[in-house]
Amino acid sequence: MKRILKYSFFDMIRSRWSIFYFLFFLITASSLLYMSNDSSRALASLMNIVIILCPLIGTLFGVMYYYNSRDFIELLLAQPIKRRDIFLGEYFGLAFSIVISFIAGITIPFIFYGFGGADTLVNFLTIVVAGSILTMAFLAISFLVAMKNSNKIKGFGLAIIIWLFMAIIYDGLFLMSLFIFEDYPLETFSLAMTVINPIDLCRTLVMLQLDISALLGYTGAVFNKFFGTSQGIIISLFFALLWVAGPVWTISWQCKAKDF
Amino acid sequence: MIELKNIYKAYKKVPVLKGVSLKMEKGGVYAVLGPNGSGKTTLMKCILGMVLPDRGEVFVGGESVIKKHSYRENIGYLPQIARFPDNLKVEELFKMISDLRGQKGNSEDLIQRFGLEKYLSYKLSSLSGGTRQKVNLVICFMFDAQYILLDEPTSGLDPVAMIALRKLIEEKKQEGKIIILTTHIMDVVEKMADEIIFLMEGKIYFQGDQEKLDELTGSEGVEASIAQLLLKEEKGKNDSSQKNGFRFKLNKVAL
Ligand SMILES: Nc1ncnc2c1ncn2[C@@H]1O[C@H](COP(=O)(O)OP(=O)(O)OP(=O)(O)O)[C@@H](O)[C@H]1O
Ligand SMILES: [Mg+2]
Repeated sequence: MKRILKYSFFDMIRSRWSIFYFLFFLITASSLLYMSNDSSRALASLMNIVIILCPLIGTLFGVMYYYNSRDFIELLLAQPIKRRDIFLGEYFGLAFSIVISFIAGITIPFIFYGFGGADTLVNFLTIVVAGSILTMAFLAISFLVAMKNSNKIKGFGLAIIIWLFMAIIYDGLFLMSLFIFEDYPLETFSLAMTVINPIDLCRTLVMLQLDISALLGYTGAVFNKFFGTSQGIIISLFFALLWVAGPVWTISWQCKAKDF
Repeated sequence: MIELKNIYKAYKKVPVLKGVSLKMEKGGVYAVLGPNGSGKTTLMKCILGMVLPDRGEVFVGGESVIKKHSYRENIGYLPQIARFPDNLKVEELFKMISDLRGQKGNSEDLIQRFGLEKYLSYKLSSLSGGTRQKVNLVICFMFDAQYILLDEPTSGLDPVAMIALRKLIEEKKQEGKIIILTTHIMDVVEKMADEIIFLMEGKIYFQGDQEKLDELTGSEGVEASIAQLLLKEEKGKNDSSQKNGFRFKLNKVAL
C-alpha cells in the first residue's frame, strides 16, 4: 500500500488541484484576517467557509480523482498487488495531499498574523481538525460513489446530491420535523439526527469549542445540555471520525467484489 | 500450468461464460478464438483476477488463485485496450511498474526490439496508438513471466513490429512458457498456435490443434474451419427460428 500511496500522493501534490486548494485557503484566510483585523472574528467566519466548502471540494475531488485514475488502477490490477492496497493507497494518497494543502493554506496566514492567545490557537486547531475530517470523509464517500458508478455523469450527480443533502437539505428537513413534532420530547431524536450527518457533527464540534452559543442552534444546544461542553466535544469528534472510518472501510471491502 | 474449472460469469445477469473448463499444461501458444463479444477478454481477466467468476475455480501453477494476488508475479498481461496514467513519461512508467511489482524487469532489450528508444522521454498521452501498444508489449514481457496473456497483441502494429513480436513469442515458446493469445487474424493463428480454443455462446466449442480442427470441419486452414463452425452455428439458429415461426403460424391458425 505504501508504494501506491507514495505514487498517488506525489502525483496529486504536484497537480493543479492541490495547488488550487492551497491557494484558495491561503487567500481566504489572509483576507479574513486582514479585513477583520481580529483573529477570533476571522476564525468564526472561517469556520462557516470550512464547514461548507471542505465537504464540497472533497466531494468534487473524490469523484474526479477516481475517474482520472481508473487507467492507473486497471494497470495496477494486473500486477501482483492486493486489491485493498491499491484502493486504499489511492485514497490515502489523495486524502493526505488534499489535507496537507488545506492545512498549509489555512495555517500560513495565521502564523504571519499571530494567533493572539492560547484560546485562539486551540480554536484554530479545532477548525483545522474539523476541516480535515470533513475533507477525508467526503473524499471517501465520493470515491466510493465513483467506484460504484462507472458512468461519470451519474457518479458526479450522485456525489453532488449527497453533498447537497448533507450540507443544506438535511438542516431544512431537520428544522421542519422539529416544528411539526414540537409537542414531543425531541432530544434523543435530534441527537441521533446530528450524529448521522458529518457536517452537523463538525459544526457542533467547532461551535462547542468556540463557545458561540448564539450560533449553536438547536442541535448544538441539545448536545451541550446533554453531554456538557467537554464531553460533547469528545463525542462529536468520535462520531465525526467514524464518518471517515466507515466509508474507508467500505472502500476496502467493496473493491474486492468489483469487475474491471 | 493454467486450469479453469467450470467457470461461470454473467455481467448484470447477462451470461458471458457458461461453464468453461480448460487445461493448459505444456508450454506453447494457445490461441483463444471466437466472435466479438464471445468472452475471450473476460476469460483472460478471470485468469488474471480482474474479473471474479460467479462460479468455478482458476488454478495457476497448481494453486487456486481466486482473490489471491501474489501469483501475478508470474503473469505478463497485455490488455486489449492500452490504458496508462497519461501524465507519465514512457521511461517513468517502466520504472514505476518495476518498483510496484518489486521485480527488476529488463526493458532495454525490448525497447530496442520495438524501436522505442526515441520515445522514452515522451509523455504517454502523446503517443500514437501503435506506439502505445509497443509500450504495452514491453510491460507485458519485461518481467520474463512464466505465463503470458496477450489480448489482441497485433492490433495497431506495423509489419516490422509484427515480425519482432512473432520472434519474441517464438523465443518465449522455446523457453517453455505458456502463452495465451486472442486474435481475429487467422494468419497469426496458423503460423503460431499450438492449440486452438474456440469460444462461442459462453462455451468451449473446440479445443485442439489445427489438424484436429481441419479434420472436424472437413476444411483446410484455420480461416475456413472457423468459418465452417460459425456457419454451422448460424444455420442451427436459423433452423430453430424457422421452427418457431412455423409454430407461431400454427398457433395463429388454431386461434
Ligand atoms: N465490465 C463489463 N460490464 C458489462 N458487460 C461486459 C463487461 N465486460 C464485457 N462485457 C460483455 O461481456 C461480453 C463478452 O465481452 P468480452 O470483452 O469478453 O468479449 P471478447 O470475446 O473479448 O470480444 P472482442 O473480440 O470484441 O474482444 C460482451 O457482450 C460484453 O458486452
Ligand atoms: Mg476482447
